[in-house]
Amino acid sequence: MTDATPLLELRGLGVQLPGDGGPRAVLHGIDLTLGAGEALGLVGESGSGKSMTMRAITGLLPPGAQLDGTVRFEGEDIAAMAPSTLRRYRDRGVGMVFQDPRAHINPTRRIGSFLTEALTLNRGLGRRAAQARAIATLSEVGIDEPERRLRQYPHELSGGMLQRVMIASVLLAEPRLLLADEPTTALDVTIQAEVVGILDQLRRDRGLGMVFVTHDLDLALAVCHRVAVMYAGRIVEVRSAERMHEENAHPYTRGLLGSRPAIDHRAERLTAIPGRPVSAFEAGPGCAFATRCAHVQPLCRERPPELAPFRGGLVRCHRVAEIHQETSDGTSSQEATA
Amino acid sequence: MNQQAGRTPSEAPAVSADGLGKVFRVPDGRGGHTTHAAVRDVSFEVAAHGSLGIVGESGSGKTTIARMLVGLERPSSGTIAVMGRDRSRPPRRGAERNRRAHELQIVFQDPYTSLDPRQSARSAVDEVIRHHTSLDGPQRAERLAELVDQVGLTNRQADARPCDLSGGQRQRVAIARALAAGPRVLVLDEAVSALDVSIQAQILNLLADIRAATGIAYLLISHDLAVVRQLCDDVLVLRRGRVVEQGACARVLDHPTQEYTRALRAAAPVPGWRPPGVAR
Ligand SMILES: Nc1ncnc2c1ncn2[C@@H]1O[C@H](COP(=O)(O)OP(=O)(O)OP(=O)(O)O)[C@@H](O)[C@H]1O
Ligand SMILES: Nc1ncnc2c1ncn2[C@@H]1O[C@H](COP(=O)(O)OP(=O)(O)OP(=O)(O)O)[C@@H](O)[C@H]1O
Ligand SMILES: [Mg+2]
Ligand SMILES: [Mg+2]
Repeated sequence: MTDATPLLELRGLGVQLPGDGGPRAVLHGIDLTLGAGEALGLVGESGSGKSMTMRAITGLLPPGAQLDGTVRFEGEDIAAMAPSTLRRYRDRGVGMVFQDPRAHINPTRRIGSFLTEALTLNRGLGRRAAQARAIATLSEVGIDEPERRLRQYPHELSGGMLQRVMIASVLLAEPRLLLADEPTTALDVTIQAEVVGILDQLRRDRGLGMVFVTHDLDLALAVCHRVAVMYAGRIVEVRSAERMHEENAHPYTRGLLGSRPAIDHRAERLTAIPGRPVSAFEAGPGCAFATRCAHVQPLCRERPPELAPFRGGLVRCHRVAEIHQETSDGTSSQEATA
Repeated sequence: MNQQAGRTPSEAPAVSADGLGKVFRVPDGRGGHTTHAAVRDVSFEVAAHGSLGIVGESGSGKTTIARMLVGLERPSSGTIAVMGRDRSRPPRRGAERNRRAHELQIVFQDPYTSLDPRQSARSAVDEVIRHHTSLDGPQRAERLAELVDQVGLTNRQADARPCDLSGGQRQRVAIARALAAGPRVLVLDEAVSALDVSIQAQILNLLADIRAATGIAYLLISHDLAVVRQLCDDVLVLRRGRVVEQGACARVLDHPTQEYTRALRAAAPVPGWRPPGVAR
């Protein structure tokens, strides 16, 4: 982390996709850096651009997509990489874990052949050596009786078990960067806890950089060092996980925190955000959150705010200082009670 | 039947289940059949105007209980009554079927599959009012407007087809349509689970408002303890078809007596939570 060159650096990242009436922006001006051993959370509602950010990082965008800005991996711009370097980056530099392991694993092949194929084909390992590696890695992700698992088919394993197999398959390539896109959304809560525990352990043991995508802010805060909140294809707030509950400042971040019911008490009323989340191309010329924001002023609809430092984090809001003033007078910082 | 001590005897529970069980016949993979007990000896009550949450992990039998309540599955054992009237057996006549639908309605997780893709929200809701009430034209129009307003749909949304609505808007349509039957009990099977958190909060507030205004009883099925805490008075924890623990939310969630309830609670990400083995 103290290394001068970050593991991953996104600068002014934007993505436009072809649409009916011309190109549609789905990501806009994303700036992020990630060091080795660091976990960064990307949090936002559906359509906010979390998965698209992941795709841009791997350079695997939908057909016809236009990419702006740069993605650097260990200092190298992936757009400028030679084809062989790019292939190495995708195969060995970065590993991806998705929401639904069943959609990414061939149901007709045994776990063993799924896990060892890349090792024997691309890495020139013998069958025995590849199997030994697979067994060791399955143990590392907490799967018991790994030898027996190699002979099983995907449908014989539970969702949580299969997600661990996916994680093991990613680890076998020894990536330095792990992209996890809603890796536990399809799992029961007790299994989710185990899987994120394993991811965290691996990050620490292997010094992996991790980008963890979720719509669950509290989950992201539990496993990440820093969290970026996304809305309509933009980052609206970045803050250390430790300070997020105390120092959150963007009206959208506050809305998300107020929207979530608590397990230990019933809120009189949830501070729901009116309206619905929008995609980047639906947003007007000003702040994308203006249509739902309780603090909106004419300026907000006219000019887009910049992501600027505020109380130890970064916040994209014209009125953040005033809002902070108003809401810290007499009321708690989190709930702007009406 | 099954009137428990401590309840006001004047009002029967909205729902009571007594020793409910469901056994499915499933292929054993060798060409034969075996049985699977999806629900076993489950008893609970939803008080009149009350709200009960059923929580449990995937496959614990939550949806099977809901399906037995609405009559989509027949119990293998035990009894169910709604508003004091037994419905353990299929209705024998159309009038009886009608009365059951009038008393209890259900909203599922994905309203897309339960809404007719060609029908606007307004006409879907109107159809149910027409079917379940004897209101005349102007009264019906008034009731329709009231329901559309109650679930927070704009006029434009009420005239749109389901494909042109967002997930949260479709869920509002499904709720309006269920309410149009004038039910005393609403079963919500993961009805807010797939929604974005900001939309989920809107629907949870809406459901709380509707209960306060109408006295309707809820049976809320969810895997999310916080959602249950927000909307329900009581909670029942289900595991592999059996009741692990039940009681008032505050008691069960703050002072669980069962190991499994403690494990569920401990696994839920809440502020300050760390997954197992994670230190910072
Ligand atoms: N292949 C595609 N073609 C066209 N538009 C797309 C495509 N994939 C995504 N989009 C659009 O890009 C925007 C961002 O989508 P993205 O998948 O990144 O959202 P997300 O934050 O991952 O949401 P979710 O939580 O639902 O997964 C959305 O408006 C989406 O409709
Ligand atoms: N028609 C059926 N035939 C055979 N088995 C069934 C049938 N319906 C449900 N089951 C089984 O009964 C058990 C309970 O299923 P149910 O759908 O009630 O669970 P659930 O608690 O609603 O789970 P989820 O949270 O995943 O929705 C599961 O093991 C399921 O596979
Ligand atoms: Mg996504
Ligand atoms: Mg279910």
